[in-house]
Amino acid sequence: MMTKNIRREDMSRAVIVHAILLTYTLVALYPIFLVIINAFKSRKGIFSAPMSLPNAETFSLEGFTKVLARSNFELFFFNSFTVTVVTIVIVLLLASMAAWALSEYKFPGNTWLALYLAVGIMVPIRLGSVSILNLIVELGLINTLTALILVYVAQGLPLAIFILTEFMHQIPKDLKEAARCDGVGEFKIFFAVILPLIRPAVATVAVFTMIPIWNDLWFPLILAPGDGKQTITLGIQQFIGQYVTDWNAVLASLSLAIIPILILYLIFSRQLIRGLTSGAVK
Amino acid sequence: MADLKLDQIRKSYGAVDVLHGIDLDVKDGEFVVFVGPSGCGKSTLLRIIAGLEDITGGDLMIDGDIVNTKSPRDRGIAMVFQSYALYPHMTVYKNMAFGLKLANHDKSAIDQRVREAARILQLDKLLDRRPSELSGGQRQRVAIGRAIVRQPKVFLFDEPLSNLDAALRVQTRIEIAKLHQELKSTIVYVTHDQVEAMTLADKIVVMNAGNVEQVGSPMQLYHHPQTRFVAGFIGSPAMNFTTVHIDAVEQGKVTVTVPGGAKAVLPFDVPAGDVGKDVELGVRPEHLSPGELGDLSISGEVDVVEKLGDSTYLYLKLANGDRFTVRAPGHSRIKIGETVSAAAEAGASHLFDVDGKAYAKLECPPEYSADE
Repeated sequence: MMTKNIRREDMSRAVIVHAILLTYTLVALYPIFLVIINAFKSRKGIFSAPMSLPNAETFSLEGFTKVLARSNFELFFFNSFTVTVVTIVIVLLLASMAAWALSEYKFPGNTWLALYLAVGIMVPIRLGSVSILNLIVELGLINTLTALILVYVAQGLPLAIFILTEFMHQIPKDLKEAARCDGVGEFKIFFAVILPLIRPAVATVAVFTMIPIWNDLWFPLILAPGDGKQTITLGIQQFIGQYVTDWNAVLASLSLAIIPILILYLIFSRQLIRGLTSGAVK
Repeated sequence: MADLKLDQIRKSYGAVDVLHGIDLDVKDGEFVVFVGPSGCGKSTLLRIIAGLEDITGGDLMIDGDIVNTKSPRDRGIAMVFQSYALYPHMTVYKNMAFGLKLANHDKSAIDQRVREAARILQLDKLLDRRPSELSGGQRQRVAIGRAIVRQPKVFLFDEPLSNLDAALRVQTRIEIAKLHQELKSTIVYVTHDQVEAMTLADKIVVMNAGNVEQVGSPMQLYHHPQTRFVAGFIGSPAMNFTTVHIDAVEQGKVTVTVPGGAKAVLPFDVPAGDVGKDVELGVRPEHLSPGELGDLSISGEVDVVEKLGDSTYLYLKLANGDRFTVRAPGHSRIKIGETVSAAAEAGASHLFDVDGKAYAKLECPPEYSADE
């Protein structure tokens, strides 16, 4: 009797939780769904029935043809992709090494350094836009992808270091010491033992780092708005006018912009395997 | 393989001294066991030998070289951890080969060493598995294999059997003993289990509160403990202790009054100045025979009876409230509540002064002596 009650309680709790999550998922996905269906409609179709699926009458690829013919879409794409991937690589490398140092080695100022890096999580980097712009101009990096990469690395590092440090703490001490007794050097311990073990954390950090960069409009707008250096979010802006907005093109390019980030996400999420350390100790 | 020498090794964490000057000589090929209660510093000492902890003072020599500041990889040691500490993302084969590969050993040489270690440890069929697919005993064997392939000068074992269940522990213990016979290597082994220490060691180092209490062969420690601590630590069930009064000393004999009023004459070298003092008498449960009278007789009421089949342990409550354990034969019919007298030969007893130091025993029958 008791167990049955408990089970029923669990059941209803599960239903409620799933109902909430499902609602949230629908709310979050619906705009994306709208973007995608409308991307495949004619201009008239978009305005007359924005909520309906494309049918034989309204189906049109005019947005896609316009985007691919009239703009440097491939270039924007390439720019966004370069900036995102290079930033992820640099952030992951630097953050995991910093996290390893902060969690593994005792040195004076260790705690203060960790705190200093954590402050970066709380202060939005955009507050420093003006000084960043000045700095980039002085460095002569204005209108380059390098400028964007540098800023994004600075933006991504604090949270990445914070998350990875926590994960590093969880790695059993015996494992590192066993490796040391095994004659493994510190660099090799880091790259061959520690990194494979925190792969799920690294993948999580990669996703966290990647999405705001891909979606960012602010820094591309102020640091690299020049011809040929625009990222995809900035590039799309040419279709949004003060008086006329070319919705076909905007929606089509937005739909296309989802694809690469989706692919990256799928790659990283495959690394999010739990329980990788099982079997290490005990 | 090599010898190991510790010279006044000290270790402090800030103001807290953990080890207070440890001296020890380990000969080539010797199996040395550090044993002691939790927190006595035995693991710290092992980690100092491994190079995982810095030395605060003193010198550590492996094979004649002072290695105080050398990193673990340069000391020629291999360590087996209590938690096994296998690399979870590597197969058994890679776990064992990893260290060698980084040391740039020839591929075929690595393969040969790994397969040889796998043969010795019966891991041949498990080489492609990952640690998560192994049982506790198998993981421990892999951890030992990882140490073997390095062909270290000194093997270090940190409580390697603590995580295994009782049956597996006995089996693995025997395997480690066989391994030592086969490899003839120098081994330093840490445990809190005195049975492991007794069965495995050539030489036991009993530690207490950061000091070495006594170093000796298992039989030396069993028969000739130099302190009350060692006497109480080695042997299972533990030695019985009770307070006795020194009545008289003459010609290498001491007369004491045991609880209950009986007198006993024991062969200890007690200085005349100690007459009138209360000191501590120790007798092992297995050296007491119930229901008999002898050189040393003591009686008490039976509190608890434990029947183990081959023997029965009687727990006596003495006149002064101390507990005495007596080993009786398995068929003993003695019941709770009976008053039983138990006797031991004078040569089987131990006497400790007020500071816990053993008085020298002047005559010792061969059955109570470590001499062979």
